[in-house]
Amino acid sequence: MIPAIGLAIGIVVGLLLQPAVPVWLQPYLPIAVIAALDAVFGAVRAILDGIFSDKVFVVSFLSNVVVAAFIVFLGDKLGVGSQLSTGVVVVLGVRIFSNVASIRRHLFDA
Amino acid sequence: MTDPDRPVRAPQPPEDARHAWARLRRAGAPSMSRSNILVMVLAIALGFAIIAQVRQTSVQGLETLREDELVRLFADVDQDGDRLSSEIRDLQTSLQLLDSRSTGEEEAQRAAKERVDALGILAGTAPAVGQGITLRIDDPEGKVPSTVLLDAVQELRDAGAEAIQVGDVRVVADTWFADGGDGISVSGVEVRPPYVLRVIGDSNTLAGAMQIPGGVTATVRRVGGEATVDIRTRVVVDALLSVSTPQYARPVPTTTP
Repeated sequence: MIPAIGLAIGIVVGLLLQPAVPVWLQPYLPIAVIAALDAVFGAVRAILDGIFSDKVFVVSFLSNVVVAAFIVFLGDKLGVGSQLSTGVVVVLGVRIFSNVASIRRHLFDA
Repeated sequence: MTDPDRPVRAPQPPEDARHAWARLRRAGAPSMSRSNILVMVLAIALGFAIIAQVRQTSVQGLETLREDELVRLFADVDQDGDRLSSEIRDLQTSLQLLDSRSTGEEEAQRAAKERVDALGILAGTAPAVGQGITLRIDDPEGKVPSTVLLDAVQELRDAGAEAIQVGDVRVVADTWFADGGDGISVSGVEVRPPYVLRVIGDSNTLAGAMQIPGGVTATVRRVGGEATVDIRTRVVVDALLSVSTPQYARPVPTTTP
């Protein structure tokens, strides 16, 4: 419940403030968002598995974001930025899908 | 980027779904622990970031693109420009072509129309108007023969007549005159005196041709008639002939128009 409320508050604040993404952050933000979503779905699945821990969630959330941003940064420096971003998105997408599948099995037995 | 809270795909015995929902509810129950607040902060940050990114994506301009993307974009634009300018050249060429062709067609059409008009007057299928004379031959005694009319027509042609009408009959290349009962048969049409010829051409020349000594006027007078010439600035020759298709004569085919 808390995270859902937080998400809603964040969205509302974002809509109200209409933030402009700083230029230095622009390449990293989309990947960071995907990574954070991956952490969120992982957390939901952990809750359903009965092994959720706030601490693990916070750490995994932050590390996901940082690592994703770092990979993109590294890719940019190596000249393979767009390909690496694509790779990260694919990997995170696969993980999100498998987490969602697991959540679905828990909640709907299907 | 391993997710420490998740062993990937740990095979779980399928739980009772009600159990899972209850667990989800329990986990969602608000409790103000320190880590819960931290989670909330993260969630707020995530929502904020999502919105920021969505907005950014919708207004994204060139400045956020990477160098290689810009180069590719530039090459694309370059290529597009080349393609479009060559298309412009092609279209302009065909426009010029069509332009010249249409003016050529107009020209040809105008020339053809002039030709049709000229031929129509010549063949007697088109009415004609212009300066000229009327020649009236009074023949109270019925003694003017057809040859006089024929001579008059010849004389008028020599004088440059462009369109001639005797009574209601147009005089053209194959017009013939013969003596008839009460008058003169012109191409089979009976024309009775007084014979009125309407002639288009240079009026003074035509009038002069009628008056020459031993000419038409003199001949008519000799047989007891009276020829009167009126010079007009506007003579209408409106008798028409329908063109009959020649039965034997065929045009010689020409290769080019």
